Amino acid sequence: MSGLTFRLKAAPPWRLDMSPLTPDRLSGIEARAISKIALLSGNKRIPAGDLFEIAPGDPADIRILDSSDKLDFIGRDMRGGRLTVEGDAGVYCGLNLGGGELIVRGNVGDYAAAGMSGGRFEASGNVGGHFGGALPGDMRGMSGGTAIVHGRSGQRLGDRMRRGTIIVEGDVGAYAASRMIAGTIIALGSAAGSYPGFGMKRGTLILRGEVERELPTFADCGRHDLAFLNLLLLQLRSISSRLDQFAAQPKIVHRRVGDQASGGKGEILAWRE
Amino acid sequence: MKINGVTIEDTFAEAFGMCATRLIITGDTPGWAHAAAASLSGFATSVIACGCEAGIERELSPGETPDGRPGVAVLIFSMSLKDLQKQVRDRVGQCVLTTAGSACFSGLDGDETVKIGGALRYFGDGFQIAKRIGDRRYWRVPVMDGEFICEDRAGTAKAVGGGNLIVIAASRPAALEASERAVAAMRKTRDVILPFPGGMVRSGSKVGSKYKALVASTNDAYCPTLKGQTKTALPPEAAAVLEIVIDGLTPNSVREAMRAGISAACTVGAGGGMLKIDAGNYDGKLGKYRFPLREIMA
Repeated sequence: MSGLTFRLKAAPPWRLDMSPLTPDRLSGIEARAISKIALLSGNKRIPAGDLFEIAPGDPADIRILDSSDKLDFIGRDMRGGRLTVEGDAGVYCGLNLGGGELIVRGNVGDYAAAGMSGGRFEASGNVGGHFGGALPGDMRGMSGGTAIVHGRSGQRLGDRMRRGTIIVEGDVGAYAASRMIAGTIIALGSAAGSYPGFGMKRGTLILRGEVERELPTFADCGRHDLAFLNLLLLQLRSISSRLDQFAAQPKIVHRRVGDQASGGKGEILAWRE
Repeated sequence: MKINGVTIEDTFAEAFGMCATRLIITGDTPGWAHAAAASLSGFATSVIACGCEAGIERELSPGETPDGRPGVAVLIFSMSLKDLQKQVRDRVGQCVLTTAGSACFSGLDGDETVKIGGALRYFGDGFQIAKRIGDRRYWRVPVMDGEFICEDRAGTAKAVGGGNLIVIAASRPAALEASERAVAAMRKTRDVILPFPGGMVRSGSKVGSKYKALVASTNDAYCPTLKGQTKTALPPEAAAVLEIVIDGLTPNSVREAMRAGISAACTVGAGGGMLKIDAGNYDGKLGKYRFPLREIMA
């Protein structure tokens, strides 16, 4: 049985809340009933059938075709199954993702994978700010699972992140790993924005790129060949072809620990040639 | 039953339930992985006085280890999960953590686990770092040559201890030759270890002693020098006896090792001085596993 498909008829005039359309929520619902599910757009509720051409299929494998960056909250609270987006996604994509696979073949807006606690998030394009971070007012960001971005990420990547793994194959914006509590972020691009690790408590940020401006509140612990990186890269290389390219290279990293301005023991590992 | 002129006694080896784990120890070179594993499995021949029985199961190529370095798989057997936890903590702490360049991982999946890094992390004095990669958790403990990488917990399994073969020969060289051939063949079997030095034990024991303080004493029925002095289990021409003790993760692995061992020992043949393959049992009173020799070789 092929997947349940939603093809967007035309980009909506207002932003559209896609949170009802996840494998968990559509499980056991008939095609006709699915077309009547009301989606919030601006201050209106519009039946899904008016916005999408719906091809019935397995709700555990949902595909959203011809997507637009106005489609917000795609895969919100998802706990299982697979959701694939062909095209761009709006903000809060994969918010509180707890399980299953969410794949976006395009660019993604701000706060994607925020509050994620499990499963796998993949974006083939760029992601906005606060990827894997915490919503304003939340004490914790991402707390589990694996997220991979093949493009660039915006500011405050992994803000208040608690656990899990993020790989960004492109450049990262300013304040990466800000207020990070624990977990692992690997940034493989050639450049990183200013002040990575701002307010960092614990956790690991691995940077291959040059940093625009560094914080003075990280203590220099010298250059080391860390055995842990072999373990990490061997386990992760299968999910990132770019990481796989670097796997055979020497793992000499420059270790800096902070943010000492807030008593932090986080580490930034600069992994450069 | 005879194989190559060697009698296979109509008896069974008796074994009992144990609790086991497999640890994967890696190092910068196969030699350093081996140094850590040899130290860890030292003084671990019998639970009677060592607290556990341990041995090297096999060497692992870099492609078989979690961190891509040369490694060694070690099996550790104890009588209870509590004993196993104590032995694993103490042995990894004193023998693997201390070895230059080593790392230690779980080599077994199981619902019941023992702590490894989870117990040793405190050595990091607050500088230790936990890392979850996929569904596994590791500890990075800072040490003087860098970091000791150790998995948080190791899986355990209900296992079989005390499987055995008794090799009876007409001379000491013949008993040694047959036992060496058996050990070499048995060490190729997966999931088993032969915990005694060189894989064999010359001081086989019986339960109890005339001395109250001892729980076990020499197995006089198999001592060739006592043939006329005690109720012997040996044929008149026997001059030397060696026992091979097998601990395995499953009854099948013990059976497979015993079959390989008996076949190899019998290649020495009656002409080479091999007389008989026997096995140790306590009339089925001690352990829940029985390995009948003739059935194994059928």
